[in-house]
Amino acid sequence: MPQAVISAARLTKKYKDFAAVDGISFEVAPGESFGLLGPNGAGKSTTMRMVGAVSTRTSGELSILGLDPNDAGPEIRSQLGVVPQQDNLDQELRVRDNLIVYGRYFGIPMRAIGRKADELLEFAQLADRAKSKVDDLSGGMKRRLTIARALVNDPRILLLDEPTTGLDPQARHILWDRLFRLKEQGTTLVLTTHYMDEAEQLCDRLVVVDKGTIMAEGSPAALIREYSSREVLEVRFGSDRNEEVAAKLAGIGERHEVLPDRILIYSENGEAELAKIHAAGYRPITSLVRRSSLEDVFLRLTGRSLIE
Amino acid sequence: MTAVSALPTRQALIAAGERPRRFGSWYVAEHRIRSMRAYATTLIVTSFANPAVYLFALGIGLGSLVNRSSGGGLGYLAFVAPALIASAAVTVAGEEFTYPMMMGFKWNPIFFAMNAAPISAYQIVNGMVIAALARILPTAAVYFVIMVLFGAAPSGVAVVQVLTAALTGLAVGLVIMPYTASIEEDKGQMAMIQRFGILPMFLFSGTFFPLTQLPVGLQWIGWISPLWHGTQLGRVFNYGMVEPAWLTVIHLVYLLALCAVGWRLARRVFARRLNK
Repeated sequence: MPQAVISAARLTKKYKDFAAVDGISFEVAPGESFGLLGPNGAGKSTTMRMVGAVSTRTSGELSILGLDPNDAGPEIRSQLGVVPQQDNLDQELRVRDNLIVYGRYFGIPMRAIGRKADELLEFAQLADRAKSKVDDLSGGMKRRLTIARALVNDPRILLLDEPTTGLDPQARHILWDRLFRLKEQGTTLVLTTHYMDEAEQLCDRLVVVDKGTIMAEGSPAALIREYSSREVLEVRFGSDRNEEVAAKLAGIGERHEVLPDRILIYSENGEAELAKIHAAGYRPITSLVRRSSLEDVFLRLTGRSLIE
Repeated sequence: MTAVSALPTRQALIAAGERPRRFGSWYVAEHRIRSMRAYATTLIVTSFANPAVYLFALGIGLGSLVNRSSGGGLGYLAFVAPALIASAAVTVAGEEFTYPMMMGFKWNPIFFAMNAAPISAYQIVNGMVIAALARILPTAAVYFVIMVLFGAAPSGVAVVQVLTAALTGLAVGLVIMPYTASIEEDKGQMAMIQRFGILPMFLFSGTFFPLTQLPVGLQWIGWISPLWHGTQLGRVFNYGMVEPAWLTVIHLVYLLALCAVGWRLARRVFARRLNK
């Protein structure tokens, strides 16, 4: 790996006795798209704030672009683009003005910032909303404006905390497309998400985080290979019978997970397992064969579902 | 974009942080002043209407009564105007140092956005103070011009009041800033500051009559009130009010001390609240 742009070792953040982030270590290479996948409260946002040089670590080592956030916060932040979980655009200003005031924070001269703002509005597909009030934008548009704002300083690293949470599917896809373009241009992306499809779409490599610690690390495909099977058969027998039937399906598939509403059967060939179930005389109410996803990885690692 | 290959050198990174480190406070002020534009008309109208109405009512109305009973001498308007100009500055400070804090941390959390950019907590505080001054100073200046038109500023150095009034406003603002910046949830604290802080201060700070007219038991309100100190200071400049020189110095030192302490505390509150 070339010299890392972010390097964390035993990074810890404690609030009184509670360790929100409990000794995590990871490195991010330049141009890489790196994800932190985990449920709410796993410590992802806290990690992002420490990497963003706005939250002081309790212990451990952290280096961003070779600088320590404890003494070079402004220098580090001048190289970052930050998209926080909650949009914090200035609702008192119009769309374009939001980009202008933000650009000034990086010391961009007044004459250069106007041009930059127009360029970013184009990129965010908001050029026709330049004079709109922020409040009048849809959720997806606000998100795109927040991303445009984060790009005002041509950041080396873009930090995205739950970039598409709360957006409808179409808005998510537009956003993914924009992020994908940035990735192609070589911007290092670090994002947190609890959507496995988002992680699969955008991340070259990710860590699965739970309760402030890293459970596993790798590319989405490698994690699925390592912690899950190729396919998953989902069968439902009714919430009162799933448990009982699952006990009798031993030997079918490599492994079972019994969830309240369905049984997951991990296998290289889901259809074949379904045939075995039928042959054994069981008739599921519904059945579905699908590819394994990061959700299955998470379930395997923590025994819990990502979205609760 | 060229991020992929080599990392920037340490010098390049330090250089990129230089402008924000040096001018960050001004950028914050610039942002805040840009937001004020949205209600600029209201600000301008009130800054002219307010002094005109007050000086007219107190000078022509109440003043004629007081002047008659005190047998002339110093015009009442020249006595009351320094208090009014200082109060006007305090009123603006009361607006700029209350709700905008709650806004910036919670309702429209731009402070967090600024801090995610290279701006530090202390620069946000500085910027908010500069922006408040950008309202307070013109307010006091306009007030002074109208005072002159009403003949309420007899002394040749009366114009210094623009500064002393602004200082008074700043002192009040910086005293409340650490508190308003620490409020997590608005349960009416801001309105309380207005009702039980700023309004009584206006009434008990020797505004309409000398503090010595109050019962001794109530005079302490004046002594701790930045508005009283600011008003007395204004009177010294407005018509050469006679008081011991050390007392004039105390007025000034007291106001400056409040500013210094409040500013320091505000920086601390901001730093703590932003660093989650």
